[in-house]
Amino acid sequence: MRSSLPFAAKILAIIGFAVLYVPVTLMIIYSFNAGKLTSVWSGFSAKWYVALFQNDQLLTALGLSVIIAAGAATLSLVLGTLMALSLERIGGFRLRWLLAFLGLAPLVMPEVVTGLSLLLLFIGMETLFGWPSGRGIDTIMIAHATFGMCFVSVIIQARLADFDNSLEEAAADLGAGPLTVFYTVTLPVILPALIAGWLLAFTLSFDDLVIASFVSGPGSSTLPIVVFSSVRLGVTPEVNAIATLIICIASLAVLVASLFMSRLFLYGHRSTETDTDTGQ
Amino acid sequence: MMGWARRHLITLYQQATSSKIGLFLVAMIPLAWLTLFFAVPLLEILGVSLGSSRRGVPPFIPAWGLSGEGLFFAPNSDSYALLLRHSSDYLVPLYNSTRLAFGSMLICLVLAFPIALWAARARGAVRLSLLVMVLLPFWTSSLLRVYAVMGLLNPTGYVNQFLLFLGLIDTPLDLMRMDISVYFGIVICYLPLMVLPLYAVLVRIDESLYEAATDLGATRTTTFMTITLPMARAGIVAGCLLVFIPAMGEFMIPELLGGPEQLMMGKVLWAEFFRSRDWPVAAALAVLLLLVLSIPILWLRHAERRMKET
Repeated sequence: MRSSLPFAAKILAIIGFAVLYVPVTLMIIYSFNAGKLTSVWSGFSAKWYVALFQNDQLLTALGLSVIIAAGAATLSLVLGTLMALSLERIGGFRLRWLLAFLGLAPLVMPEVVTGLSLLLLFIGMETLFGWPSGRGIDTIMIAHATFGMCFVSVIIQARLADFDNSLEEAAADLGAGPLTVFYTVTLPVILPALIAGWLLAFTLSFDDLVIASFVSGPGSSTLPIVVFSSVRLGVTPEVNAIATLIICIASLAVLVASLFMSRLFLYGHRSTETDTDTGQ
Repeated sequence: MMGWARRHLITLYQQATSSKIGLFLVAMIPLAWLTLFFAVPLLEILGVSLGSSRRGVPPFIPAWGLSGEGLFFAPNSDSYALLLRHSSDYLVPLYNSTRLAFGSMLICLVLAFPIALWAARARGAVRLSLLVMVLLPFWTSSLLRVYAVMGLLNPTGYVNQFLLFLGLIDTPLDLMRMDISVYFGIVICYLPLMVLPLYAVLVRIDESLYEAATDLGATRTTTFMTITLPMARAGIVAGCLLVFIPAMGEFMIPELLGGPEQLMMGKVLWAEFFRSRDWPVAAALAVLLLLVLSIPILWLRHAERRMKET
């Protein structure tokens, strides 16, 4: 017998999903609205999409955001993988508690504090070492990688904890060096987590407004900074169009990835499924 | 005997290839990175909050550091004294932050628990679709989702249009100057962060516990109160922290969706930094925010220790 969900609980869950999806759905529909007023329907039109592709400021910012997000995600991936391996696989590592703490704290740190503190660090480093001279793409990438790596590490740690390290030990016993073990055993197992981690770090960087506002310099306005400065005055149809494009592309990528990974995902949970099956 | 010798040789070989030192270096890279770009900046904030502001670039003199004449150490408490003098300007936003972050945390918990429970009790494709539906918004920009809420709630937005159409109101409601819009914004941004830790604990509950409870005549409510809720405790705590702490310092949501009544700490800090350009005061506000945020964390650790003792 499986305990089903009470009716009231299902209603609450559906309200939760409605909160997540109704505003975005309405925005997508009204991005095809002919009128300037975004809430009064006055006929179908794709003219805001045409206007979007003539808006150089938005397009430049989009390009910059993609470059920063790709760089920050790659940096996050390398650092986050090293962190996850150190936390999950190195026995007797004395400073483990410190790494575990420093790896979790950025996840909950308010963005304004992170942004301000990093800016002050960059200014301090500039007066001491002359680097970074001014702020721009590099400082934003470093800032994004610092919290991106923590998310990547959480994802990879979960995957590493799921699989038995006896495989790695067996490989090491058979004479494989640490690097060989990593490439032939560990890497194939954590590959889905690496892909998910990179994509998440990319998304977080691409999305970030607050931290980027603190550590960006003149001429390095990312897409969220440009979008924010135009929407704080009100809703604009061109932003509807670019928001629709970004949300649709991201959703499509996630749907394809989760269809692709669903077999892996279900496989990863098979052990718990069989446990409950035998209990039934 | 041969086997033992061979094993011993392999171990020696492994130690000789310095795997321990190599692994130590592996761990040092992320540790060094986080120390430099996360821990040191927090000290830097403290240093600037104890420094003094000036006209120039950068617009502050830190409390300690290296200058032309060598090391100096001259902390002063001017910024904190200023905060104290104008305490009402900062205590009201602090109160608003706490109220709005706590309220949205509760709303998130109420909406997330049924979703997590549903996903945990479903199987196969249903579970997968529920999880994807929770995760999908997490992968799309929160700025754009907050922007979509603006479109819903602003004076010419869909909600007001609908209420006017129904004849329930004569003039549009200023929903953007009420708490409801900030709650809406925080929930739309943070709901997935509440669902995931709850799902992670709920999915591990053995279904036979429910069967045993039902067999022994427990009602649904009793089962929920005595099995589900206690076993979900760790997930509830994790989810609440993941929502409450970042929401306390939220800037974008109150800026785009709130009025003066919804002035929150993140917004005040932002204004001190970008508009007043008083960086030491902004840094002092950050220190204050961190101190306030350490209260729930310390309280939790204390409560956990007491739970373990009893």
